[in-house]
Amino acid sequence: MSQRQITFEILRYDPETESEPRFQAYCVPCEEEWVVLDALNYIKDNLDGTLSYRWSCHMAVCGSCGMMINGEPMLSCKAFVRDFPNGGSIRVEPLTHFPIERDLVVVMDDFMDKLQAVKPYVIPKKKRTVEDGTYKQTPKQLHQYQQYSMCINCMLCYAACPQYALAPDFIGPAALALTHRYNLDSRDHGRPQRQEVVAAHEGVWECSFVGACSEVCPKDVDPAGAIQQMKIASTVDWYLEHLMPWRRK
Amino acid sequence: MSRNPYVREVPRTTWYMRNRRYIRYMLREVTCVFIGLYAASLTVGLVRLAQGPGEWAVYVNGISSPSGLLFSLLALGFACYHSISWFNVTPKAMRIPRGDDFVPGPAIISAHYIIWGVVSLVFLLMMGVL
Ligand code: SF4
Ligand code: FES
Repeated sequence: MSQRQITFEILRYDPETESEPRFQAYCVPCEEEWVVLDALNYIKDNLDGTLSYRWSCHMAVCGSCGMMINGEPMLSCKAFVRDFPNGGSIRVEPLTHFPIERDLVVVMDDFMDKLQAVKPYVIPKKKRTVEDGTYKQTPKQLHQYQQYSMCINCMLCYAACPQYALAPDFIGPAALALTHRYNLDSRDHGRPQRQEVVAAHEGVWECSFVGACSEVCPKDVDPAGAIQQMKIASTVDWYLEHLMPWRRK
Repeated sequence: MSRNPYVREVPRTTWYMRNRRYIRYMLREVTCVFIGLYAASLTVGLVRLAQGPGEWAVYVNGISSPSGLLFSLLALGFACYHSISWFNVTPKAMRIPRGDDFVPGPAIISAHYIIWGVVSLVFLLMMGVL
């Protein structure tokens, strides 16, 4: 198995002793099949135990290892070092558009708040009891929302979204994609409750359809698509409400 | 342990220079300015037409001058870029159910080109160009 020496330039920030972040370089002997996360683990275990970063599954499932790698938002457990240009160094920074807590760890409070705001869970029409039995869903009904249910909350889409950077109140790609996911679910009747957030200015209308979120999403969720579809649905709502007032409940 | 999160500022006027995706997006958006200018030029033409044959001739001379032609050519190029970049993202906004699945993206994009072609043909026929 071939090994290659790669220099990793990592953005470090110690909130207790430093006033701003700085780059620190580490030379890592990388194996052919390594991902960037392996290199970070190597640094942590062998070179510098103070390096902080989040990770858990090492298989693109938990969504905790998102970082900027050579300027691109990526899951560090999915970014193979062999895919980066030979001889060059690899630059690793915390996800952009989020405040840095420490080193590669970002503050995700804003994202968590937004996620909660859209009520990302099934809201049934009437409460179901155990006696009522399980929900039934046809493959077709599942297919309606399945793509949007693949989100792992990695926040890469927020790091890719220039709109989120310019207008931080924007609910943002993943939270809106999840809204769509539940709205499309045949078991769910919570759309009217979510609509207040979706149809607000900070909701879908803040999106100018750059489409970067869908390009960086490691799970092919396509948040940009979800948002455009919700724009259309919200517009239809508006017309129905204003042109056919008798429909108003 | 004390918290002291560090906020990285985003340049507010040059943000779109940060990567290729943003530049591509800006191009798509900026090209609509030329479409707007072309529409304005057409409106002026209508006004001139209403004003009489003399004014109309001046307008026609203007748009068939080298700079007028260059403008039309530029506007056409940008209109094509604008339309193509929008056509390519239409499948994202349109999920058309077909059986248990959805109509595939390439089919939706092709449909847009076909409609574009047909509408253009009808107009060219109406204007007697073809
Ligand atoms: S939509 Fe994609 S990029 Fe955004 S949080 Fe979910 S999985 Fe990550
Ligand atoms: S470590 Fe879980 S997604 Fe990368």
